[in-house]
Amino acid sequence: MIAVKNLSLAVGDFALEDVSFEIPTRAYCALMGKTGCGKTTVLEAICGLRSVSSGSIRLMSREVAGLPPAARGIGFVPQDGALFSTMTVEENLGFSLAVRGRPKEVVSERVGQLADLLGISGLLGRRIQGLSGGERQRVALGRALAFEPGILCLDEPLSALDDDTKEGLIDLLGKVREETGVTTLHITHSLREARSLCDMLLVMEDSGVRERSLEGEA
Amino acid sequence: MSQSDVTSSGPDAAKANSPGGSISGWLGNSGFLVALILVGSFYVVMLLAMLAADLTWTTPGDFIKALSSDEIQYSIRLSLMSCTVASILSVWVAVPIGYLMSRFNFFGKGLVDAVLDIPIVLPPLVVGLSLLVLFHTTAGVWVEDQFKAIFGTGITYQVPSVVLAQFMVACAFAVRTMRATFDQISVRQEDVALTLGCSRFQAFWRVTLPEARNGLITALTLAWARSLGEFGPILVFSGATRMKTEVLPTTVYLEMTTGSLEAAVAVSILMVFFAVAVLFTIRHFGSDRSLGRVI
Repeated sequence: MIAVKNLSLAVGDFALEDVSFEIPTRAYCALMGKTGCGKTTVLEAICGLRSVSSGSIRLMSREVAGLPPAARGIGFVPQDGALFSTMTVEENLGFSLAVRGRPKEVVSERVGQLADLLGISGLLGRRIQGLSGGERQRVALGRALAFEPGILCLDEPLSALDDDTKEGLIDLLGKVREETGVTTLHITHSLREARSLCDMLLVMEDSGVRERSLEGEA
Repeated sequence: MSQSDVTSSGPDAAKANSPGGSISGWLGNSGFLVALILVGSFYVVMLLAMLAADLTWTTPGDFIKALSSDEIQYSIRLSLMSCTVASILSVWVAVPIGYLMSRFNFFGKGLVDAVLDIPIVLPPLVVGLSLLVLFHTTAGVWVEDQFKAIFGTGITYQVPSVVLAQFMVACAFAVRTMRATFDQISVRQEDVALTLGCSRFQAFWRVTLPEARNGLITALTLAWARSLGEFGPILVFSGATRMKTEVLPTTVYLEMTTGSLEAAVAVSILMVFFAVAVLFTIRHFGSDRSLGRVI
């Protein structure tokens, strides 16, 4: 569960006040809203990348507002993937486990599982520079899932992809959801994307975050 | 005037209407281009002529003879050693400062930024004189005494003063290079590393520093090159004692003052070789990212 209550924060001149919403465990929720309304800021605050002025962020019934990002157990996929370009695909996928000091065999086994799930087994030895946009997002998704987080935060992961690649990744995200049951917050501008993947829709407006019906939105 | 006169179209009309399409426009463009080439080629030809003059002034025999003297060999060894130590120290200091200045905002950052540029804008002799004065203050004398107790040699007018004088100037260039390098590396990757379980240090060590590899090499090479050419601060702070604090620029100065122009030119040519090697290294690793904003 992700429970945000009365969250306020400021980044330079931009400020968000009194943001509250709740996403049940295992739900796949889309967060929509106008460009610049603060969706990414809220997502980054949940991940621990923005300090908050006041309010509460509870993840799986645990208050995390004061915790560093590493202690929150969130898999984060930014819009551009932000892959580690000095590493191979395999090293990117195994990064979070290597940081945790897991034995090489364990890392290798998990990387293999993820590569099978995401259809990137043939890319493991490749450097990041040669990957296509879709391949990059698959690797970024795998890297975020490697340490089996309870929560996944996706910041417009499909926005820079062509239609065919986007369709493939929508199917893949659905498959990931089925297999892992991870609670997901997915920022998107596409209602079609939200309808394909999500069972809950939050819309960010000037007055705050409101839950809307997926079918009712136009 | 008919409508067709006003709205005439087609290739001829487009040419006549475009500002550079007429003959006077073409002449203007050509004249501008010729002026650019003339001014540019004057400078490039002067640079190449200087190097050619150096090369034609001496013969290979004179060159080898000059470089085989004990004093010049000592000078080469001291230059290579002191430049290497000064450049490693510079990068060692430049990495944390560059990272701090690139990633964090704090009170007085603008002032710190200006202070970091002091060695770049300060006249070299003043850097040397300031170091000399510093080591004559109570604190400076105490530091020198401690240094002597540990390493068995003083600082002022000794070899460590050569390294310190080179470091004080070279480090400023290394800091600028590293800051530009870290500015170019997206903070996004560090953010992701933090969510994946890294502490700030781990994110820096595992993700950002490897990304900064080319910038590190550029900073190291640039600091080395600056150290090699340093003369003013060394002359004031270390003196120009043969077989003691003599580095390559000091050798050129001493050989010229004793009337041995051939030896001065031979050492200069050696420094040109080092400079060319540095230039190739920087151009290869620096590309147009960090270097373009430093030099």
